[in-house]
Amino acid sequence: MQMYEAGQIYDLPDSKGHFGPYGGVFVAETLMYALDELRREYLRLRDDAEFQREFQYELKHYVGRPSPVYHARRLSEHLGGAQIWLKREDLNHTGAHKINNTIGQSLVARRMGKKRVIAETGAGQHGVASATVAARYGMECVVYMGLEDIKRQASNVYRMKLLGATVVPVESGSRTLKDALNEAMRDWVTNVESTFYIIGTVAGPHPYPMMVRDFNAVVGRELLVQMPEVIGRQPDAVLACVGGGSNAMGVFHPYIAERGVRLIGVEAAGEGLGTGHHAATLCAGRPGVLHGNRTYLLQDEDGQIIETHSISAGLDYPGVGPEHAWLKDSGRAEYVAASDDEALQAFHTLCRMEGIMPALESSHALAHAMKIAPGMRPDQVLLVNLSGRGDKDMHTVANASGITL
Amino acid sequence: MSRIPSTFEALQGKGRKALIPFITAGDPSLAHTVSLMHALVEAGADIIELGVPFSDPMADGPAIQRSSERALRKHTSLRGVLEAVRTFRSKDDATPVVLMGYANPIEAMGVERFAQSAADAGVDGVLVVDYPPEEGSGLSQALKARDIDSIYLLSPTSTESRIREVGRAASGYIYYVSLKGVTGAASLDLDEIARKLPAIKAHTGLPVGVGFGIRDAETARAVGKLSDAVVIGSRLVQEIEDSAPEQAVEKVRALVGGIRRAMDA
Ligand SMILES: Cc1ncc(COP(=O)(O)O)c(C=O)c1O
Repeated sequence: MQMYEAGQIYDLPDSKGHFGPYGGVFVAETLMYALDELRREYLRLRDDAEFQREFQYELKHYVGRPSPVYHARRLSEHLGGAQIWLKREDLNHTGAHKINNTIGQSLVARRMGKKRVIAETGAGQHGVASATVAARYGMECVVYMGLEDIKRQASNVYRMKLLGATVVPVESGSRTLKDALNEAMRDWVTNVESTFYIIGTVAGPHPYPMMVRDFNAVVGRELLVQMPEVIGRQPDAVLACVGGGSNAMGVFHPYIAERGVRLIGVEAAGEGLGTGHHAATLCAGRPGVLHGNRTYLLQDEDGQIIETHSISAGLDYPGVGPEHAWLKDSGRAEYVAASDDEALQAFHTLCRMEGIMPALESSHALAHAMKIAPGMRPDQVLLVNLSGRGDKDMHTVANASGITL
Repeated sequence: MSRIPSTFEALQGKGRKALIPFITAGDPSLAHTVSLMHALVEAGADIIELGVPFSDPMADGPAIQRSSERALRKHTSLRGVLEAVRTFRSKDDATPVVLMGYANPIEAMGVERFAQSAADAGVDGVLVVDYPPEEGSGLSQALKARDIDSIYLLSPTSTESRIREVGRAASGYIYYVSLKGVTGAASLDLDEIARKLPAIKAHTGLPVGVGFGIRDAETARAVGKLSDAVVIGSRLVQEIEDSAPEQAVEKVRALVGGIRRAMDA
């Protein structure tokens, strides 16, 4: 295990997309050219002032950035320990952090002259964010979504359709996010010249993990400025839920160099890590290769990917971004898990105590903050990335309470 | 050396092109797989590509996806596939066998252990769809040490420098993916193949097999005129899906026999 030394310049990934042993480009030959082209184009645009200016403009005027950071005072008092602050990504246009990335990628797509975008989605948040930017920029949009997820997230499916996207049900494999990603890759291989694939998290082949991280890192960069303004210093820990890991990478990355700040990623423990029904890849998985990169995976002893479970569709993924795999092994970030029940309890608590309805994904990060806050001092600060709002989860939460809407 | 180079030499001497059928191991069962392999050889196959089922076959179309799912429902593992090759070898020590699959089952077994088990079972070549040469060098070295060929893909989107790079890593033969798309897709562009193949042969010095999208004897014949080998997969896998298990072997034998005759005519 390599340790990340203080003061070491963090400039991963390397030129081949590796974060230590993780990441890379594990795809069939047909996609190599497209990925190479995308990498070159993205690296050029990353240093292009005009591109960055346009991105910032869109984030400000279309998304509503910067998102506020909010002191959950009643919740903190109730817990009787550390102060809990929330980064309000739930207030973004379309209701989650996902839009930061889809705007970035669709601006890249436009520069590359692509008129058709495709996306995979689990909870539907990335699908909605992709359909939104496709409408905004006048591009055709096709979203792949597992049949199981289409059933659990009916209102997001309708939102995508209202925005003019075509939603394609995926019936292969476990019919969830991982299969939607497979199907989107198949579409991309087939239509590689006309089509831009907007991946929704920090996974996939290089340059996606780096590019998606960069677009979401606006969240952490805002916090680096906001936290000293509101508490006069940086927080003691930053917490974020980890599905594929994009909202977590977005807040973690700018904080990697802030050595005094603990980085805590919270995975979905589902019905419990011991039950086998969970999606806690970093906590319970082993390294392997899936979806174009090497990372931790939930797999059986034969190397077959196993079906995951989480009450939140957005965390229901058997892989995780390769940079998280690296941050785990290097010891710079810690990864824990919160169960379905703990997430639900956090959801209800935030509704009642702060009048904020969090996404079930974000509720996992909140659940862990609520677990550790009581053991901390009142002058300590936990910063929770509230990655999205919970409107989409109304049916799931009602079901869990035995109520049919 | 594996059995692959001598197979291509012998064919060249006879002015024939290699017919390389692909089937998914374990579909409908591993016992059927061994019978199917023998039937393929009897029907005129020169090399057999044996698919190792994976839960997430990203580069495959619906026919091979479904066959992988059927094989996995029968709990087909990489170990089981190697066992099937060993059983096949007890009766056929001549026909090259190439394993085709995805990286994760191999990494789960461990690259060295896999390479040794493959050598012990009598495997001649390995094609890992999601290992481009950059990421596949560890496996390629382990295989090379045991005289097993590393088969790599090239595609219509491969640039000339890419062709050279893949040529340096590859041995046995090059698998040219004849279309932009997944296995089993419908469109196949003969002109594109005719344009691309001379460059591939020149820069790699290896025989070139063409696959993805060859669905009938007619197309196999046309492709065979341009290439050294014709790979036919989804169509066979579909035939297996459409047949009752006890009829699959005869159905596949008839289909491959027809393709062989068309290629040799
Ligand atoms: C609100 C919200 N948070 C988190 C996630 C998980 O994704 P990631 O781990 O990439 O942030 C999702 C995914 O749909 C989401 O909608």
